[in-house]
Order: sequence, then structure tokens, then C-alpha cells
Amino acid sequence: MDIHEYQAKEILASFGVTIPRGGIVYSPETAENKAREIGGSKWVVKAQIHSGARGKAGGIILCNSPLKVAQATDKLLGKKLVTNQTGPEGKIVNRIYIEEATDIEKELYLGLVFDRSSESIMVVASTEGGMSVEEISKDKPESIIRSKIEVAVGIQSFQARELAFGLGIEPELISRVSDTIVGCAKAFSELDATMVEVNPLVISKQKQILALDCKMSFDNNAMFRRNKVSELRDKTQEDDKEVFASDRGLNYVSLDGNIGNIINGAGLAMASMDMIKLAGGQPANFLDVGGGATPEKIVKAFKLITMDEKVKVILINIFAGINRCDWVAEGIVQALKKIEIKVPLVIRLAGTNVDKGNKILRESKIKYIEANTLEDAANKAVAVLKK
Amino acid sequence: MTVLIDKSTKIIIQGFTGKMGTFHAEEMIKYGSNVVGGVTPGKGGQKHLDRPVFNTVKDAVKNTGATSSVLFVPPAFAADSAMEAADAGIKTCVAIVDGIPSHDMIKIKRYMRRYSKNEKMTLVGPNCAGIISPGKSMLGIMPGHIYKEGRVGIISRSGTLGYEAAQQMKDLNIGVSTSVGIGGDPINGSSFRDIIEKFEMDDETDAILMIGEIGGPQEVAAGEFAKENMKKPVIGYIAGLTAPKGRVMGHAGAIVSAYGESAIEKVEILKECGVTISKNPSVMGETVKSVLEKI
Repeated sequence: MDIHEYQAKEILASFGVTIPRGGIVYSPETAENKAREIGGSKWVVKAQIHSGARGKAGGIILCNSPLKVAQATDKLLGKKLVTNQTGPEGKIVNRIYIEEATDIEKELYLGLVFDRSSESIMVVASTEGGMSVEEISKDKPESIIRSKIEVAVGIQSFQARELAFGLGIEPELISRVSDTIVGCAKAFSELDATMVEVNPLVISKQKQILALDCKMSFDNNAMFRRNKVSELRDKTQEDDKEVFASDRGLNYVSLDGNIGNIINGAGLAMASMDMIKLAGGQPANFLDVGGGATPEKIVKAFKLITMDEKVKVILINIFAGINRCDWVAEGIVQALKKIEIKVPLVIRLAGTNVDKGNKILRESKIKYIEANTLEDAANKAVAVLKK
Repeated sequence: MTVLIDKSTKIIIQGFTGKMGTFHAEEMIKYGSNVVGGVTPGKGGQKHLDRPVFNTVKDAVKNTGATSSVLFVPPAFAADSAMEAADAGIKTCVAIVDGIPSHDMIKIKRYMRRYSKNEKMTLVGPNCAGIISPGKSMLGIMPGHIYKEGRVGIISRSGTLGYEAAQQMKDLNIGVSTSVGIGGDPINGSSFRDIIEKFEMDDETDAILMIGEIGGPQEVAAGEFAKENMKKPVIGYIAGLTAPKGRVMGHAGAIVSAYGESAIEKVEILKECGVTISKNPSVMGETVKSVLEKI
């Protein structure tokens, strides 16, 4: 789960990380007052969307009067920002963060992630702040320094100091940079984060250490014990169909193609999408209804797929393991009594009681194309489209 | 002995009396697995499915001599149960459960470092289908009848894609020595490399089919291990050719976040390691067959 920049900043501030003065607004009217309340003579108006690279997309505006802050807020609110991370449809701006402008002397990069090779938490830092970590790894790999956190004891002060000295920080600022690193590491560990990124972490001309932009993501599997974090979820930043799916226990990812998929199991779903592509088609989605593929889940899956207007054919591929194909077939027949499907349907069943399952489908009144193998299903779905 | 389990392997179920535990314990018993009891804290002394229930894993091990366990406890309690099994001397623990927080998985793995190599439990999963040695024993939730007895080892992240492979192989009259589901989470108990090494040492296995997917370094690590250390042929398939970068594809671990983690990159690296690649998921069985014919 992702959260907004201002939310990440509030969290990190509670772990001792210093952030510039700022506040959140939802309207131009309050923006002007908020700027006065923050004080100073220059402000940055920042569109809050779940994406980086907002600056290049025009989502960050520097202003030199409270009136201009209000105008910038007015310009951004309600707009859809398209960045290189949002996809062509962009993300809607409903919240604006107003922040005092910072006189930057130096920009650093600080990130924390799970390292899947060492199965530990890794701190990554670089002197090349302001660029994305991908760009840094490509253009300035020698500037990257890393440190692994031993989870049994958490980050140690010496590790944070080593990183700070490694970044070439002047001696009088070392302890404050170390505290920032320790604060981010504690937030990561204590809140079940999967990513904390402060980019840039800046040293201001006034020698302050400030988290200027922050991103945090959290482990969905841990939200049962993170009520406060889960309240920060902003569904307006997610795809409508993905929200519908996640609220109903379905794993769904919206894609660009026109072949809708209903599959049981994530691996089989990815494999079916691959088969579609190899057959010359494009999947409209990834959808895993779970290993069990219960009739209730299949009804929900049909509802979800029919929400997507791009879909011109639906491919169902169910490998019945512990459940049975006859039961899955009954589920499909029941679902189609409740939902009208206007596009052709290709169904491939496999596994337990496959013959019984296919018999039920053939004897029902539903219109569909029967397929026997993964390849057969993908070929038939693509062939229907070409007709 | 086949990889990890055998006909005589004594198994306990953690979360025995729950709905999931009961259903799958019954399926395992029907298949012929030697389920000797189970654990549900507070229900010790009762009988369930004609087998004894214990309060702790230690009690269960002491009274039954169990060496393996299958976890059917909810994700919030799974880490605790896995560590309890490790501490009670269980040798193989299969965690079926989906949804264990990654921070908990790191803690489990850190905790297990307190045991010497010989005493250390093998944790398989979480978020997996389990282990099956056809005709011998099953510690998991797979449909036993799709697996034919034979001499090919399967390692798969995905449950249903592993079933697909077993079915394709059965249709071609190829059997399986053991199939191990290592699960779809970013941090798991056993990696492809951990299990592939066991298959290399197993005298009942002639070849290994490795079914991977996008995300993480494990497929590549196993390929490199195979290149350096293995004599048996390895066949591979990587799912997720069409998966967009940076998106989680159902499995928490199925996300491309670094170089070498996409399907195309993994396939290229595995080829260089001498792994025979199944060009699409529909020909996993045929690819295994063509490799077996060359042995």
C-alpha cells in the first residue's frame, strides 16, 4: 500500500526526522491562509498523488506570495497528472501540500528496502540526491553505499554514522544525518513498511538536515496490525477496478489489451497471459480468483471483468485441484444466470473431474467455446477476436 | 528416501482442529500420509480425526515422534507457529498459509540461525501448495491424483501452475519423484537453490523441472548453482512475460523491481546456465520429455 508524500513526512517526523514546515489543503481558499500560517516568503505547492516525478509533470509549483499559492492550488486541484509512473490515464489531484521553500546546499539520496538476496533490510544512500535510484545505479553506481540491518537488534548508531561519513557529510552535521537514518530505519521496522525513500534528503544553506520529498509503501499482509497506517489508504489514487477487486478478495491488475482473463492461481494467471501474448493477443487484465475458485469468487470475477469496456472476449482457465471441475462448471453456469455477458467466452477446465465439468457446460444453455489446453484456450480467444 | 518426505514420515498438523486444518488433514490421510496427530493450544488431550491433539508442538513431538509438520494457522500467528516447530525439533515444516507479513518472515529466518546446520528445520513456503512424493506421502493441499509416480523432481512457486505441469507430464506418461511448492512470497523458507540441491543428491530423481516467475533473485541463483554443481539436467519455465514492471502480480513476490527479475531476463540467464527452457507453459511436459530422452 502506498501513501502520500505529506503522510510519509508526518510519519517520519514522528520518528525524529526533520521536515520543512508545511500543511495540507483541499481548496484554494484555505491555501492562502495556510501559506501565511507557515510563514516565510517563498512556498512550494505540491500536488499529492501516488507517484514520483511530479515536478516534471508540472505538479510542483514554486510561489512567492500567498496569492500565488492560492492560484497554484486552484490550478492543480482536480487535475489529472500524468507522470512516467502513472500510466497514460494519470492520477487525480485531490490534496495539495504547501511547504516553505528550502535553500538547498546539497541533495542526498536515502532509501530502505527489503533485500531479497540477503533476506534483510537494506539501507541505500548516495550523494546524488534528486535523481531516481534507477538513474543513480545506472549513471553513478560508485556513489551508492549500502548497509544491512540485523533485524534482531535493529539499526545500530555505528551503521548510521558509517553511512553519514560515507556520504562525505561534514563532522558537525554527522549526528543529525545519523539520527535521520536511524529514524527512517525505525519507521521501516516498526510500521511494516516495504519501502522508505527520502529523495532528496537535503542539507540546507542554514545547515538543516531536511527530508524534502518522501515516499513510503507498506506490506498489505501486515495491515491487520497497522490500523493507523491502513487508514491512510487513498482509494482515489487506485484504479477503480483494482479497488473493486481488492475489496472482494480478488487479485487483479488492469492492463491495456482486450482479452479478459479469469484464472485460479497467480502463476497460472501469469502463464495464461503469456500464452495469450504468444498467440498474438493482448491480455486486458491479470485476475487470480484464488486456488479454490469458488462459485462466489467467479460471480465477482465476471462482475469485475464486465466493468472493463476494453474487453472483447473473456478467457476462463481453471485448474481444479482440491476443488472439482463439475463444481466450478456449476459456478460458471450460476454466475451467467446473474450476469449478462455480451462478449464471446472461451472456457478451459482442467484437473479433477474435468469430463463432468465439460459435460455440465455443454448441457447448459450458455454460449461458449470449449478449449482443452492452455495453448488451445489462448489460440481460440485470439481467433474469436480476428473474426 | 525421496526429497524431504517418505512413506513413513510422521506428520503433525499445526492448527489441526480448525476448518482448513481438518479438511486438508483428511485429504492427506486419504492420500496415505502418515498423520500422527496435531496441535491446537488449549485442546490438548482431545481426539480429532481419531488422532491425538496436543497443546504444544513439543508435546506432540515427544508423544508421537513426529518429524514433519504442516501449518494451517492464520497469517497473524504463523511466524510464531513456525518458530515453535523449529524449536521442538521438527525437521520439515510446510507453511501453506498466504499472507504472512514479510517482516515476520525475516524474523523467522533470523531465529532459525540459532540452530546448527544438522539441527536446522527446513521450512517450505509460505503461500505454497506443499510437498508431495507421489504414492508415498503428501504434506500439502495438492490434488494427489494428478501426480504420477516417477523420477522427475518439480519445484514451483505457484500451486496451480505446478499442477498444470504435473498434469502435462502425466498425460505424457512421465512421473514425479517429489514436487515441492516453495511459494509466491518475496521471502520464503526454502529457495529454488535450497531444493534443487536436494534433488541433485536424491537417487530417485533423474531431472528437475523448475517453475519460476518474475521477481526476486532465486531462479537465477538456482541456475548458477546448477551450472557450477549439478550433473542432472534442469528444465525451466518462467511465468510473467507480459507482466508490467513495478506491479505485484497476485503473489506478493511477483514484482519486477531490479535488473534480472523480469521473465525475459531470467530466461536469458537460465539459458546461459545450461537450463533447458520450456518456451511456453503449454509445453512444460513435452520439454521435460525431450530432455529425458537425451539422458
